[in-house]
Amino acid sequence: MSNLSLEAIQPSLQPQPGAPDNWRRFFTFSTDHKVIGIQYIVTAFVFFLFGGLLAMVMRGELLTPPADLVDRTVYNGLFTMHGTIMLFMWTFPMLNGLANYLVPLMIGARDMAFPRLNAAAFWLVPIFGVILTVSFFVPGGPSQSGWWAYPPVSLQNPTGNLINGQSLWILAVALSGISSIMGAVNIVTTIIRMRAPGMGWFKMPAFCWTVLSAQLIQLFGLPALTAGAVMLLFDLTVGTSFFNPELGGDPVLYQHFFWFYSHPAVYVIILPIFGVFSEVFPVYARKPLFGYPVVVVSSLIITGLSGIVWVHHMFASGTPGWMRMLFMVTTMTISVPTGIKVFAWVATVWGGKLRLNTPMLFALGGLSMFLFAGITGIMLASAPFDIHVNNTYFVVGHFHYVIYGAVVMGFYAAIYHWFPKMTGRMYYEGLGKLHFVLTFIGANLNFFPMHPAGLMGMPRRVASYDPEFAFWNVLASLGGFLLGVSTLPFILNMLSSWTRGEKAGDNPWRAIGLEWLVSSPPPHENFEEIPVVVSPPYGYGSDKPLVANNPAKE
Amino acid sequence: MNRRTIIVLVGLAIADFLLSLWMGQQAYTWMPPQAAAEALLVDNLFSFMTTIGSFIFFGVIGTLLYSIVFQRAPKYDSSDGPHIEGNLKLEVVWTTIPILLVIWIAGFSYQTYDRMSILGTIAPRAMGMATAEAAAMQPAEPSKPPIAVYARQWAWEFYYPEQDIRSTELHLPVNQRAQLVLSSEDVLHGFFIPAFRVKQDVVPGRTIDFEFTPIREGRYRLRDSEYSGTYFAANQTNVVVESADDYQQWLAMAATLPPSPAENVAFEEFNRLAESSISLGWDTVKPAPAPVVNYASSEEDPHE
Repeated sequence: MSNLSLEAIQPSLQPQPGAPDNWRRFFTFSTDHKVIGIQYIVTAFVFFLFGGLLAMVMRGELLTPPADLVDRTVYNGLFTMHGTIMLFMWTFPMLNGLANYLVPLMIGARDMAFPRLNAAAFWLVPIFGVILTVSFFVPGGPSQSGWWAYPPVSLQNPTGNLINGQSLWILAVALSGISSIMGAVNIVTTIIRMRAPGMGWFKMPAFCWTVLSAQLIQLFGLPALTAGAVMLLFDLTVGTSFFNPELGGDPVLYQHFFWFYSHPAVYVIILPIFGVFSEVFPVYARKPLFGYPVVVVSSLIITGLSGIVWVHHMFASGTPGWMRMLFMVTTMTISVPTGIKVFAWVATVWGGKLRLNTPMLFALGGLSMFLFAGITGIMLASAPFDIHVNNTYFVVGHFHYVIYGAVVMGFYAAIYHWFPKMTGRMYYEGLGKLHFVLTFIGANLNFFPMHPAGLMGMPRRVASYDPEFAFWNVLASLGGFLLGVSTLPFILNMLSSWTRGEKAGDNPWRAIGLEWLVSSPPPHENFEEIPVVVSPPYGYGSDKPLVANNPAKE
Repeated sequence: MNRRTIIVLVGLAIADFLLSLWMGQQAYTWMPPQAAAEALLVDNLFSFMTTIGSFIFFGVIGTLLYSIVFQRAPKYDSSDGPHIEGNLKLEVVWTTIPILLVIWIAGFSYQTYDRMSILGTIAPRAMGMATAEAAAMQPAEPSKPPIAVYARQWAWEFYYPEQDIRSTELHLPVNQRAQLVLSSEDVLHGFFIPAFRVKQDVVPGRTIDFEFTPIREGRYRLRDSEYSGTYFAANQTNVVVESADDYQQWLAMAATLPPSPAENVAFEEFNRLAESSISLGWDTVKPAPAPVVNYASSEEDPHE
C-alpha cells in the first residue's frame, strides 16, 4: 500500500503525510513519527548542552571552598535549572525521541497511534523550554528552590511579584507533565494495538517492552505530581496553605506527592536504557539476548515495584520509623529484577564474538557504571546508612552514575547504533571512539570523587564548603570540564557524518529486527507491506527468518 | 566443565572474596571519626555492604573484562556466536542469590536502625508556645528536659532549659545519651553531624525528639543538610563533646556571660552585599539577625 492510495481512501481524515523529504520538515508540525523522533532528539541535545554549561559554572564555583565565582543566589539558581533542564528538557524528551523513532519501526507499524497528538506533545517541549529560559530574565531570577521545589523554601517569594522564577518553573513543569502524559497515552496505545501480525508479546523486542513499562509509570505517576504542583502553585499565587506550616499546611505532604511520581520517574528514565542495552549487546556480541523472556518480564516487575518505594527519598525527613523500615525493604527488592537484567547482559556478552565499535563501547561503559550505581543504590536503600549520606554528595555521585554513567552513555550507544538507520549514513568510528574515551574518563573523574566527599559529610547543593573537601572537588571539577570537552567530537561527528558520511545501506550491523529490513532512512510510513513476524527477536546464530514476507518490497 | 576450569573458577572466586574483605576493612577509613555510638553501628553496616558490593562488582567487571579481552571477533570473521537463548538453572541461581542477599542486608539494616533508635516522637508543634516549654511539659520526660535545637534561615541556636543558656555551639557530655528536641522557625533544615552519622530533617510546624550518644571528645561539624535557601551552605556550626566535668564547667561559665549577638555568616554577608553598590545576585530572603546568645562560637574554631 503506498502513500498515494492511503490518501485517496481518506483524504480528510488522515493526518498530513509529512513535508517533502528535506531538512525543512524538521521545523514543521510534521506527524511522521521519524521526523518527530529526530525533532525530540535534536531539541533535547541542545538543552543538554545548555544544562551542561550551567553545571560547568557550578563546577567552577566548587573548585575553591568559598563562594567566590558567582553569588550564592546565582549558584542556587544554577543547580535548580541544571536539574530541571537535564530532566525535563534533556532526559525525558530524548527518551521520547528514541521511543518515537524506534517503536513503530520495531513493532512493524506505519506510524504512532495518534500522529497529531504526537506532534502536539513534541511542540510543547520548545514552549516550556522557552518558559524555563525566560525565567532567567524575570526580576529575581529563576527558581532557586531546587528541582524538587520543597515548600516552604519554594513558597518564599522574595520579589513579591506574581510572575517570578518559581511560578514560571511550576508552569513549565506542569506543561512538561501534560506533554509526557500525551506521549505516554500514544506510546502505550501504539505498542498494545499496532504490533505487526505474528508479533506476540514474547516476539516483541526488549526495547519496546521497556518503553511500555516506562510509559505505564508515566500514566499512574504523573497525575500525583501534577496534583502536587497545582497545590504548590495555589499556595504560591493565591495564598492557600496546603503546604505552608504557618497556616496549618504540611510540607511533608508535598514530599509524598513529589516523590510518588519522581522516584518512579527514574525508572521511566532507566528502563528504556535497559532496553537499549538489551538491543545493543546481542548485535555486537552476535548472540541472542540471554534469558529474553525473564529480562522483559522483569521490566514490568520493576514498573510494579517502582510505585511502592518513594519514601526512600525521605528517610531523614519527618517520617516515622515503621515507614522507613517498610520502604527500605520494598526498595531493596527492586535490586532483584534489576540484577537479573545485569547478569543477563553479562551472559549475553560472554562467549560471543565481540565487536568493540562505538555503540558497544558505550553500552559496556554504561553497564559498568550502572553496576557501580546499583551497588551504591542498595547501600542508599539501607535506612541507617542513608541517614548518614542522605543529602550529601554521596547521593549526587550515585545518581550521576545512573543518569550520566548509564543513561547518557546509553543514549550515546543508541544514537551511534541507530544513526545509520536515521540518516542513511555512517558515523566516523575514530571520532566515536575518542568521544567514548573522553566521556568515560570524564564521567568517572567527575562523579567518583563525589562519593568520598559525601561519606566524609559534604552536603549537596552547597555554594561553599569546608576546606577539607577541596581535593575531591578539584578532581570532580576537572572531570566536569572534561565532560564538556567530550561533547565536541560528538557534535563534529554527527554534523559531518550526517552531511557527508559514507552511505550506510539498510543494515550495516547485520542486526536482526524489523527496523533493519527497510531502507535507511526508512521511507514515509516505513513498510510497503506490513511484516508478518514468525520468530522471536535476537535470532543470532540461528537460520530462522524473522518475517514471512518482504516488508520493503518495491 | 573439566576439573581445571573448576579449580580456576574457585580460585578466582576466593581471590574476589579476599579482595572484597579488604575493601570492607578499607570502608572504615572513608568515614569521618567515630564520635558517637551510632557511628560504630553505621560503619559496621557500611563495611558489610561494601564487602558484598565489592564481591559483586569485581566479579561482574572481571567477567566483562575477560570477554572484552579474549572474546573479540577475529578480523573478517562475520559469523555469529553460539545460539544460546538462556539457561534456566543459571537464571534461578542469579535470582535466588540476590533475594537471599537482600534479605540479609535488610535484616542487618533493620537491626542497626533498631539499635540506633535515634528518632523519638514527631509531634505537631504546640501553637503559641516556645518549643522547649512545650517539650518540658511532656509527662513522660525523666528528670532532665532535652536541649532545644532551633534552626532558622540561617543560624543554629541551642537552648539549655535547665540553666537558661543560649548558645550557637552545641556542647554535650561524652558517653551520655544526648536528648534534643528539634524545631524550625521558617523552612526545612537538616540537623546533620557527620562524625555521629546522625541526621534528621527539621520540619517547621513540628517538634521532633532526637537522641544519640557521643563517645569521643572533640569538636565536630554540625551542618544544615536540607536545602534551606540562599545561605544554606553557610548554615554550619560546631558540636563540642567534652567530659562531664568540662561540660558542667562550660554550663556554669556560659550562665555568667551576658547575651550578645553571635557571629553569623549569613547575616554579615547579606549586610556586606547590601552595602555594595552593584549587585551580581538575585533577590533573596533576608537572613534572620544574628542570634543573641550567652555563648557564641566562631567559624575560626578548628574542628575535626
